[in-house]
Amino acid sequence: MWAFINKLRSPKWFYGISAKLQPWFWALAALLLLTGTLWGLAFAPADYQQGNSFRIIYVHVPAAFLAQSIFVSMAIAGLVFMVWKIKIADMAATVMAPLGAAMTFVALFSGAVWGVPTWGTWWMWDARLTSMLILLFLYLGVIALRGAFNSRDSGSRAASVLTMVGVINIPIIKYSVDWWYTLHQPATFTITGRAAMPMEMWAPLLIMVLGFYSFFVGLTLMRTRSEILRREANKRWVRDLIEELR
Amino acid sequence: MTPKRKQKLFVILGLVSLTAIAVGLTLYALRANINLFFSPVQIAQGNAPIERQIRAGGMVKEGSVYRDRESLDVEFTVTDYVDDLNVYYSGILPDLFREGQGVVVVGELQADGRFRADKVLARHDENYMPPEVAQALEEAGYSPADFQAKAAKVGERLEQQGVPHASEY
Repeated sequence: MWAFINKLRSPKWFYGISAKLQPWFWALAALLLLTGTLWGLAFAPADYQQGNSFRIIYVHVPAAFLAQSIFVSMAIAGLVFMVWKIKIADMAATVMAPLGAAMTFVALFSGAVWGVPTWGTWWMWDARLTSMLILLFLYLGVIALRGAFNSRDSGSRAASVLTMVGVINIPIIKYSVDWWYTLHQPATFTITGRAAMPMEMWAPLLIMVLGFYSFFVGLTLMRTRSEILRREANKRWVRDLIEELR
Repeated sequence: MTPKRKQKLFVILGLVSLTAIAVGLTLYALRANINLFFSPVQIAQGNAPIERQIRAGGMVKEGSVYRDRESLDVEFTVTDYVDDLNVYYSGILPDLFREGQGVVVVGELQADGRFRADKVLARHDENYMPPEVAQALEEAGYSPADFQAKAAKVGERLEQQGVPHASEY
């Protein structure tokens, strides 16, 4: 464990290992997303009440999962950066934020599109929808705060603190449907416990969720690598690398 | 871990837990306002304000929907299997509106205890199934019984707890 953390101190080591891991996640993501999309949109049965509009679930749920997971990942990265001063963690948190914001937007947008035919409204200030909107603002706040400082280190620390404090919103999002009366229904897709849908609907959803996560890991590795090159541009090993490529 | 790092870790954890407590207390204080709607039990107990815009929610009672032939007027009963609320509405209902389905109605509670809805929203439950499965369940006498049983359980629990007092909006 400590050996691993110490290795993470070296951006060069991470740059090497991520190059090997990255293609696997891209391949997995492409395979899963393609399978899940085809299965979910073409072969999974329609819902008995909602008909085909229920298929929005295959984008909505994975996007909402990712929106929350990315924020938690950023908070963990922020903690690691603040306590152990590991720069890779801060770089990862930096590059994750735009994808997290995008996924939150996708979840909100697909939810609104889904809400019109099912609920009869595209927006309602219920606890789940509002806390999700707050998550979007948190993401935008973290991105803006990071850019608002002249020194990168101050920006990183401010963004880390905001992320760690903002992570309190995540359990609120998750349990809002259980704690309060909301228009949004309780969770259908849970890792533990009985799935509230039959296998032929649930399997493509699982595949889509895994596909979204693979995409997230692949993209984060790729973008962290370019962030390493950007921040370490004056280091010896990066210059050597560029020399080699010439 | 060096003492300095340990100190930093504790400062961060302290900051995060203090914020969590602050947010938790705020949400606890505002809990009645965060609830999207009043349930019929709460309305029957007189917790909801009269002739002010509120939201009420529950299940559309089986066999309670009455549609006017000449107009868009519709009347139905919203229930939480403990108390009932009579709702009247004039307008287009969402596709998912049907008996045994969850709804949220936006409107005003009248002095006579009826609810004049300006807007009816359908609430969907977390269960999805193909039409054949739903049909099979219905033939076996289940649908949407297991969801109703759940709603009834929630109603009972609220009754036992004496229902959290909903303050005014």
